[in-house]
Amino acid sequence: MTNLAPKIISGDHRSIARLISLVENDDPDAVETMKQIHRHTGMATVIGVTGVMGSGKSSLIFELAVAFRAEEKKVGIIAIDPTSPFSGGALLGDRIRMTELSTDEGVFIRSMGTRGMMGGLTSALYDVVEILDAAGMDIILIETVGVGQDEVDIVKIADTTLVVLIPGLGDSVQTIKAGLMEIADIFVVNKADKPGIEQTIAELESMLDLQSSLDRRIPIVATSAKEKKGIPQLTNKIKEHQTYLKTSKTFEQRRRQRYEAELIEIIRKRLMEFIFDEKKLKSTVDCCIEQISKKELDPYTAADQILGKILK
Amino acid sequence: MVKKIRVLVAKPGLDGHDRGAKIVARALRDAGMEVVYTGLHQTAQQIVTTAMQEDVDVVGLSLLSGAHMTLFVDVAELLKEKHMQDVLIIGGGIIPQEDVPRLKKAGISEVFGPGTPVEDIVSYIKKNVKR
Repeated sequence: MTNLAPKIISGDHRSIARLISLVENDDPDAVETMKQIHRHTGMATVIGVTGVMGSGKSSLIFELAVAFRAEEKKVGIIAIDPTSPFSGGALLGDRIRMTELSTDEGVFIRSMGTRGMMGGLTSALYDVVEILDAAGMDIILIETVGVGQDEVDIVKIADTTLVVLIPGLGDSVQTIKAGLMEIADIFVVNKADKPGIEQTIAELESMLDLQSSLDRRIPIVATSAKEKKGIPQLTNKIKEHQTYLKTSKTFEQRRRQRYEAELIEIIRKRLMEFIFDEKKLKSTVDCCIEQISKKELDPYTAADQILGKILK
Repeated sequence: MVKKIRVLVAKPGLDGHDRGAKIVARALRDAGMEVVYTGLHQTAQQIVTTAMQEDVDVVGLSLLSGAHMTLFVDVAELLKEKHMQDVLIIGGGIIPQEDVPRLKKAGISEVFGPGTPVEDIVSYIKKNVKR
């Protein structure tokens, strides 16, 4: 396996794409390159975009990418869609909204399946962010799955998290349950061309009024990806948030949080690999099952014995 | 290590009919593959760039407009130009039988016409994927 690090650092798209596949497949060939690129990371601004299904996250990301491209920033986009827990397959369709960017040399878009990970992300995401960062992307936009209301893991990776809502979901703020509410650095009310926009914003504002403990009031930006409205305001709010992070020392804290989550994820994966290494463990487990079924051993004692062997 | 087959399902050119492409995309997903769908009206350049960024093992082209001799061949040539010969190219749609040999010569490994059971496409991919 050739070391991809120099090509990743030079920003070669083909190598970026290859390395992402390797980390997605948990291929041991990726490890050496990942080790080497780490010290070339830390420059990119990572923006997470989450929110309810059908809120227009892909279109919004497209508009944001266009805006950042106008400032000559390099943009990496990671679009996550759900993997079927039944077939293991996934239909990744977020690129449909981003066609116009697909031949822009300054943009790299990658679609990913969740591959069994909960929380709206995918376990290779930390690695993919490192890869795009090392490859010189100035901005990394991450689109989460957008199914439920507990996609809060994005805060472990993103510097700035956008929570996207739309008007007309009935009592829409009611749909933002505790988790999603707490992770927003910026609220985006998208599809502002639709009726009910004022009400949604008013509801959000009154909800924010109750959160007096925060040292920074979370801004609300109304956008319409369709009518291309509100995007400059949104990019401004993102930049303001970046400045806030750096002046309030929160930035360091967030980055530490990301590395902590990443480290734990690597350890978790390594342990799982070890535990489920069939050759090593099959015989031990088989032996215990035999004893359990004969009532010579109970499952709890058996589990302790097996874990004892692993952790020894 | 879990290697999943990644497939790009693409609609080149000015052809607004994507029901077939979507049915195939779904069938491949149900067969455990990761399917990237581009949407309509893609240029050969867009398809090849997408295939590269998404690092797919297979490019599936669907066309019902009659421009396959140009567009399928363009995609195959561009992939070759980018040294992506390890990507399996397959096609489908309204493709006259007499065009198939020339398409195969151009690098399209197989062509699936209307009425093909989706299982045939799934097993063809599983058998012929090049990496």
